[in-house]
Amino acid sequence: MPTPSNIDKIPVTVLTGYLGAGKTTLLNRILSEPHGKKFAVIVNEFGEIGIDNELVVNADEEVFEMNNGCICCTVRGDLVRIIDGLMRRKGKFDAIIVETTGLADPAPVAQTFFMDEAVGARTKLDAVVTVADAKWLTDRLKDAPEAKNQIAFADVILINKTDLVAPEELGELEARIRGLNPYARLHRTERAKIDIGEVLGRNAFDLDRILEIEPSFLEADDHHHDHHHDHDHDHGRDHHHHHRGNGLKHYHDEEMQSVSLKTDKPLNPDKFFPWIQDLVAKDGPSILRCKGILSFKDDPERFVFQGVHMILDGDHQRPWRADEKRDSRVVFIGRNLPEDRIRQGFESCIA
Amino acid sequence: MSDTQIPLPSLADRVRPVDAGVPVVGVHFLGSLPVFVLGEEILLFAGDDGERRVFVHAGAILASAADERRVVTGGDDGKLMEIDADGNRREIASDDKKRWIDQVALGPDDAIAWSVGKTAHVRTRKGELRTVDVPSTVAGLAFAPKGFRVAIAHYNGATLWFPNASGAKPEFLEWKGSHLGVTISPDGKFLITTMQEPVLHGWRIADAKHMRMSGYSTRVRSLDWTAGGEFLATSGSEQLILWPFDGKDGPMGRQPKLLARGETRVSVAACHPRQPVVAVGYADGTVKLVRIDDDAVILVRASDGQAVSALGWDEHGQTLALGTESGAAGILAL
Repeated sequence: MPTPSNIDKIPVTVLTGYLGAGKTTLLNRILSEPHGKKFAVIVNEFGEIGIDNELVVNADEEVFEMNNGCICCTVRGDLVRIIDGLMRRKGKFDAIIVETTGLADPAPVAQTFFMDEAVGARTKLDAVVTVADAKWLTDRLKDAPEAKNQIAFADVILINKTDLVAPEELGELEARIRGLNPYARLHRTERAKIDIGEVLGRNAFDLDRILEIEPSFLEADDHHHDHHHDHDHDHGRDHHHHHRGNGLKHYHDEEMQSVSLKTDKPLNPDKFFPWIQDLVAKDGPSILRCKGILSFKDDPERFVFQGVHMILDGDHQRPWRADEKRDSRVVFIGRNLPEDRIRQGFESCIA
Repeated sequence: MSDTQIPLPSLADRVRPVDAGVPVVGVHFLGSLPVFVLGEEILLFAGDDGERRVFVHAGAILASAADERRVVTGGDDGKLMEIDADGNRREIASDDKKRWIDQVALGPDDAIAWSVGKTAHVRTRKGELRTVDVPSTVAGLAFAPKGFRVAIAHYNGATLWFPNASGAKPEFLEWKGSHLGVTISPDGKFLITTMQEPVLHGWRIADAKHMRMSGYSTRVRSLDWTAGGEFLATSGSEQLILWPFDGKDGPMGRQPKLLARGETRVSVAACHPRQPVVAVGYADGTVKLVRIDDDAVILVRASDGQAVSALGWDEHGQTLALGTESGAAGILAL
């Protein structure tokens, strides 16, 4: 599972969100703020950008099945083509933003970065950012599977239009979101107003960051969130709030869950790889995302991996630091996950 | 393979360097004049008497094709441009919504084909315009060598279209998956597509019989027919893969020839127009000439880590032009 160096790869941010949640508002905000960065923007055919931008490409969302007998292996054919074209203008922009339609499944977008070698060699998925409508998301989670997918898939979630709902409702909503996706960052916004540094350049697909910054979500028993503080919340502005679990009820979605695994014992790679490959081959359609940092026996380097459905991508990342705890941590998010079987399988990989 | 390092015979010191400066995405010859297509804006005319840069697009150049008198380019500025050997530019078409011109092909009788999204266009010598819509974005476009017929690659197959047969439904050749490039054999019998997966798919046009050509380590991005159409030369593996197309069954039930093993994958293949020789460019910047009969190899360019992105011969096969992703280029007169 080779991963070429991330140096010089153009970061790609994927903006998702159900119809009317505020994706285009966020996009216009990103493009109009004086941050000095240039973006190439891939919008869906219904998108309306109010800002003049030289590098706006209209895309039809063409989701193509791969011809490998795996029904969940899909790519966005239009992205393969558009990114190839955009990279001819490398140097003219700093990052790419892909806006999806409200009904889009984020999986094909993410899988494009793993399945297409040319795309993966030149760009990297920075984060999936999902804009959620504070007033309507609870309803959509009940009746729209697309909305649930978008929440489950996200690295960053903006709970937008918070001015339209009462604080208690917001708390409920956050708990519901946490029940689906414990490791995304949550932000409350009005009119999608947010420091763009919270949305872009997250390197959220870099596992190192996710697993180190938010270790509390990765504890095997994740019913007890620690409520200390937001230790990377380093700016004094208060136009949005960075909430993690503060006094939340814990919701379990009947259909979609996460499974967090952790061990301080080294793993046997000859057991782990066959196990996880078999797991995603069998249960890939129900696994939306997985991520992990692994410590293998007699291996001085950390191994990191991530996956979307049946696709896994991983590599040795760097030597373990002397002051670092050599834990192995893995997270799965998906539908009707066979939690006991996953836990037992993981335990059996301990060296 | 043995590890003994017998240096290859080399023509590398005879390559005249050309500093393109930006990634080279294609190269064509107008007579004896090499014309490099750069990733953005510019065609670089690299004649013996000096270099000249011609501005053709306000943005990326997405596709190009050439015949003996002109280069035709499609850009992300929504324009289709024609440029002759003197550098004269002519706008042939433009998209009113500035959508990308993704594909370009030149055909018999001065015809030009291009595509915007799901629509393929053809303009005849007389200036008549024809269009056809296919079910998904046009990913590849090629004229048949004989007759006025266009092959269009798209999702789940390829469409064969007679632009002059108005009202006739184009023929659809179905095969599941995303087809990205297309070519028709010089004898007109076979249609071959490159796919999103590392395979080629083919049809015998007469009876739509399928051919699947697999074994590649990556997606095939470069295809070219050897002189006479005996083989289809392809990139996508650590060796040049040549599929046999002599005989009525093409490569069905036959093995390809594997030549010119490299340290890295073949990124571009360009067949000599007259001899059984192929110029092979690799992902590490190496360029070699290989003779099909005996796999004899001559080095043209040593590796420098930058993938070869363009190779082209003049019509007599006396000059080879090459370009890389990092903007190095060169011309070898044989």
